[in-house]
Amino acid sequence: MKHTVTIENTGETFRCDEETNVLLGMEQLCRKGIPVGCRNGGCGVCKVQVKKGQYAKRKMSRGVVSAEEEASGCVLACKIFPQSDLEVEVVGKMARAIVAQQSASSDFGFTTTMKTNKPVEEK
Amino acid sequence: MALTGVLRPGHVALRVLEMEPALKHYRDVLGLIEVARDDKNRVFLKAWDEHDHHSVVLREADEAGMDYMGWKVDSPATLKKLAADVEQSGLATEMSWIPAGEHPATGERFRFTIPTGHVMELFAEKAIVGNNCGTDGQDINPDPWPDGLKGIAATRFDHCLLYGDDLDGSVKLFTEVLGFGIAEQVMLAGDKKFMIGAFLSCSNKAHDVAFIRQPVKGKFHHASFELRSWEQVLRAGDILSRTKTSIDIGPTRHGITRGETIYFFDPSGNRNEVFSGGYIYYPDKPVITWYDESLGPAIFYHDRKLNEAFLSVFT
Repeated sequence: MKHTVTIENTGETFRCDEETNVLLGMEQLCRKGIPVGCRNGGCGVCKVQVKKGQYAKRKMSRGVVSAEEEASGCVLACKIFPQSDLEVEVVGKMARAIVAQQSASSDFGFTTTMKTNKPVEEK
Repeated sequence: MALTGVLRPGHVALRVLEMEPALKHYRDVLGLIEVARDDKNRVFLKAWDEHDHHSVVLREADEAGMDYMGWKVDSPATLKKLAADVEQSGLATEMSWIPAGEHPATGERFRFTIPTGHVMELFAEKAIVGNNCGTDGQDINPDPWPDGLKGIAATRFDHCLLYGDDLDGSVKLFTEVLGFGIAEQVMLAGDKKFMIGAFLSCSNKAHDVAFIRQPVKGKFHHASFELRSWEQVLRAGDILSRTKTSIDIGPTRHGITRGETIYFFDPSGNRNEVFSGGYIYYPDKPVITWYDESLGPAIFYHDRKLNEAFLSVFT
């Protein structure tokens, strides 16, 4: 059975069946909106807050989703399976992914965020 | 022997969210061979052309990522010496001795945390189980490869790329204490002494470990496994697609080390690589330098730009 997933940030909607995780459902239809990382629950790039709807879930890394977050519907799109229509908001590492993307076009972010350590000594 | 001290990466211990899918991946897709399980439910595997007992350790956990990386050194005497040197350097923290047998078929290991937050180990002894190529006993009149290989059939665990903040400290420890050389480095164009990436070798390989500066501690970018040709890398791409494995990028080529590569993810989101090629490193090889403005072709030579995942996706 297919349900409609709405990404609040962009207004994008797509249909996803109950056996397909939300991220894969989006990717299969060449839709965009949720950042794609490892697709396997480890990296946290696809973290969303579920605003409305029911879903089944599978294990996701505690390194990127706390038990409290998971209980409050802040979960990884690659590990949730819609059981009704869903409304999700992209949160978490997306900001970081966007920052990485923007800085990648200029200085890769190294100059602004990395200079906390002393430069290597001249040889 | 001419190659002394730290010989090679001996093992990588990875945390996986669920063991069975992880085993399907590492054993059936990547083609590692399961050699042992222990009473802590860890699974020990090796690549077919490795002689030592194991090179990959999997442990089920709530969080993906790397527990530690182990380095084989040439003798118990070297192990004692390097452990003392590491301790004396002041660069490492949380140092301890892990007793022999904690890993099956493995001698005692010296464990320490490096400035980028990664846990490293040195060890001198691990049982040799061979590569099963001998036709008249182990290593006697061997065939070029054994029967019964599965999947991609990577030949060996080759290196890791790790993300952390105090790059200078970890590079200093590996080069000045453990005797590694810098094969390639990435520096800021606007501040040519500021290092953002280091590719380090303890052997004849283009790299045995690499670090990239990121504002994190102890993060894991990928563990890499070797193949013997570009054709094998393309075949690996076919197998990864057939098994619906999550592919990050490739097949393509790295500018750094010139390796031909595919990045993909295990079922817990830990990145793997299979690669072939590269050059032979010698300690007197001039250091190759890349500047950050060329980081695109340095990492992905054909696309000439980083993909979004390279800097933001790690475990």
